[in-house]
Amino acid sequence: MTNQTLAQYANLAVYSAMAVFTIAMIAFALDLAGAAPRVSASAPETEKEPALAGARSSASGPALRVPGDDPGQPRTRKAAGVAMMLTRLGGLLLIAAAAMRGLSVHRPPLGNMFEFALVGCMFVVVVFVAISLRRDVRWLGLFVIGPVLLTLGMAITVWYTDASELLPSLKSYWLVIHVTVATFAVALFTIAFSVTILHVVKTWLEAQDPTAMSRIRTIVNTALPPARSLDRTAYGIHAVAFPLWTFTLIAGAIWAEQAWGHYWNWDPKEVWTFVIWVVYAAYLHARATTGWSPRAANYLALAGYGAILVNYMVVNVYFVGQHSYSGM
Amino acid sequence: MTQSRMDTRPDESDVTEPTLGPVAMLRWAWRQLTSMRTALLLLLLLAIGAVPGSIWPQRNIDAGRVADYLARHLSTGPWLDRLGFFDVYSSPWFAAIYLLLFVSLVGCVVPRSKIHWRAMRAQPPRAPRHLERLPEHGQIEVDGTPEEVLQVASDVLARRQFLGRRYRLRCEGLSLSAESGYLRETGNLVFHTALIVVIVAVAVGHLFGWRGDRILVTGKSFSNTISAYDTFDPGPWVDTEGLSPFIVAVDKLDVTFEEHSIGAQRGAPRDFTAYTRTQTSPDAPQVHQILKVNGPLTFGGTSVFLLGNGYAPVITVRDAAGQVLMHEATPFLPQDANYKSVGAVKVSAARPKQLGFFGFFLPSEYLDKNAGPSSFFPDLKNPALALGVYEGELYPQGRPQSVYTLSTEKMTQLKNAGGEPLRLLLKPGQTIKLPGGRGSITFDAVQRWAGLSVRYDPGKLLALIGAVAALAGLIASLMIRRRRVFVRLRPTGGRTVVSIGGLAKGEDPGLGATIEDLLSTIAQRSGTKGSDTNV
Repeated sequence: MTNQTLAQYANLAVYSAMAVFTIAMIAFALDLAGAAPRVSASAPETEKEPALAGARSSASGPALRVPGDDPGQPRTRKAAGVAMMLTRLGGLLLIAAAAMRGLSVHRPPLGNMFEFALVGCMFVVVVFVAISLRRDVRWLGLFVIGPVLLTLGMAITVWYTDASELLPSLKSYWLVIHVTVATFAVALFTIAFSVTILHVVKTWLEAQDPTAMSRIRTIVNTALPPARSLDRTAYGIHAVAFPLWTFTLIAGAIWAEQAWGHYWNWDPKEVWTFVIWVVYAAYLHARATTGWSPRAANYLALAGYGAILVNYMVVNVYFVGQHSYSGM
Repeated sequence: MTQSRMDTRPDESDVTEPTLGPVAMLRWAWRQLTSMRTALLLLLLLAIGAVPGSIWPQRNIDAGRVADYLARHLSTGPWLDRLGFFDVYSSPWFAAIYLLLFVSLVGCVVPRSKIHWRAMRAQPPRAPRHLERLPEHGQIEVDGTPEEVLQVASDVLARRQFLGRRYRLRCEGLSLSAESGYLRETGNLVFHTALIVVIVAVAVGHLFGWRGDRILVTGKSFSNTISAYDTFDPGPWVDTEGLSPFIVAVDKLDVTFEEHSIGAQRGAPRDFTAYTRTQTSPDAPQVHQILKVNGPLTFGGTSVFLLGNGYAPVITVRDAAGQVLMHEATPFLPQDANYKSVGAVKVSAARPKQLGFFGFFLPSEYLDKNAGPSSFFPDLKNPALALGVYEGELYPQGRPQSVYTLSTEKMTQLKNAGGEPLRLLLKPGQTIKLPGGRGSITFDAVQRWAGLSVRYDPGKLLALIGAVAALAGLIASLMIRRRRVFVRLRPTGGRTVVSIGGLAKGEDPGLGATIEDLLSTIAQRSGTKGSDTNV
């Protein structure tokens, strides 16, 4: 029996998280806007380990500075600090929402589009906060919280499904294994997608003459880490997400074998999961091959994320197949 | 170009213009096919080629929807059909992509394995003269003679696990080369080889596997022979006489639907459970087993899955004298989420003309203004049969036909007194007399049927092993980093200058840290040792 009161509280938590994320997003945006090079001396702030530089050796140049900081004159980034605090708060609210939603139906909250979106957003925020504990990724905040807010908005309006029991074909422990890992992998791909887009932008800006740049371009250019560092980050996240997606594919095949009698049925969802896998495999190959520009590899990564969006928003809702669990 | 020496892949840059001669042409074509560029192109083609199968209905999944699509798209439909858009995954062009990819894969794995095999047994290369030119390097001056420091450095690197790695060493003069991370390429090769294994396993399943589907009314049983199946789809090399002789009887089928929710979730299926009696062979003892959607029955390598369910009204047809002409549970096929089901009752024993009934079974009947008799819920809340009656020849020219539809070309529909087509609406237990002394029809009761799918796939275990090996190889190839560390020593006034350079294949953010750690460890050890000698 579903506990509708608890489901209501879950929705309330989602709305609260959205409110918190909205303020966090504004704060992140304000922080980036203040990234223009300036001369004013402000109180020095202890910075964390520089973002993803990974270069402690003397040879690879000076360690990466926090973007927007003139040497010796780090700007105070109060807005970013507030934004990070709010992001953590919003993350906790999403965890609470997912937990209450799960408790209200006595099962993992992985049964329909609303629940996938909710848990996916939760993973994105948790991963982002986890990375932020080790590295300065305040420049990335806006580009992670923005998509999360958008997805939550879609989830609560378009994809909302009443809390209810599962279809018989979903009643299996493989639901937890297969769908959790799939959602987690998508969360990583989402962050990697944001970083890849920023890499494309930063590469484009770095090719320009810094003295002849418009003010907005200068701000963006200063706010972002160097293209090389962005490239490494994007690749690193993809390299973790890809094996997880491979696992999703295998776990899904095992489950399909138990539920439908065959490990591969060319169901639309399977086809798209496979397409995503192949495109990201091509990305990793392009990265490993000398002779392919990073730009071409980037486009493959973006195409891969495009396929993920199709897989989630188009295949679930419009294509006829055995994965028709959108609850819509 | 030290970077390219780290590259164990076959060099692509030396693909030159083809010289004349068929052998050279073949060699050139082979090189092109097995190049990374082609593999990438084929991967993308595979991704694009798979998409149409998710957009257009596929014959192997739902032949009915394909026929429906063709009927609605008279101009584009036949062209799409000719191009194989309704059988994408068995179409020649899709096969061409994956076969080329398969060849490319083999052509990549074999030479790389050879190179890797040699690299695994070879010594690391000599240390370059100018270590400061390497991407990561560092220098330090320590106590002790170069020979002593060399010993320290090789001890540090040779310790089985320095920073979680095992280095292979090569000493030459006052220089030291160390290499680690061979598992990266091993993982890479395991991944690609395992993909080949998966493809082979799929082929085995296709050639030796089979699938049979059977609609089984509760209370009945079937044995695993071809004739027992409604449809049977064997691979080309299946021995259809040698199927394992198990028997399955379904005693009861429990079905629950969502009753409490309102809105879209109402009537959604919640649980299907079939209570079965099984025998592994006709002489074996009977075993009671439960069959559920995620819990198949298994007989050796063959599995029985519960994939569908529906209703089979029990119908009796009598002639004018009260003689039973037909009495059986007739499965009807569900058409929508509320189980409005379609079916046919064929009475070939009726005289002088054969009788046929065609229409709907409705588990929760109500009369819709536009759609006619409909169902408002999938469970039995108000069961009813709505049938039209035909008479004439049921099986013209003895052609095979579906048991769920009536072939009416040699039949005429019965009319009522007003000249309208006769429509019967029966509730359980009800009997209706047919006009003109044609006898009567009784709707006795409702039973359920279970849609069973029986599968045999000898390749699936191999596919699983291949997939798991591929995942393990993939993780190794993405997480392990191949790196070389070089040490050079130079005496300077009783002390020794230690230069260390590092070289990685691809990105290796940890390399710089490793070199720093190595320098400080050597300094520490040499320092201690130096002071020892002084004392």
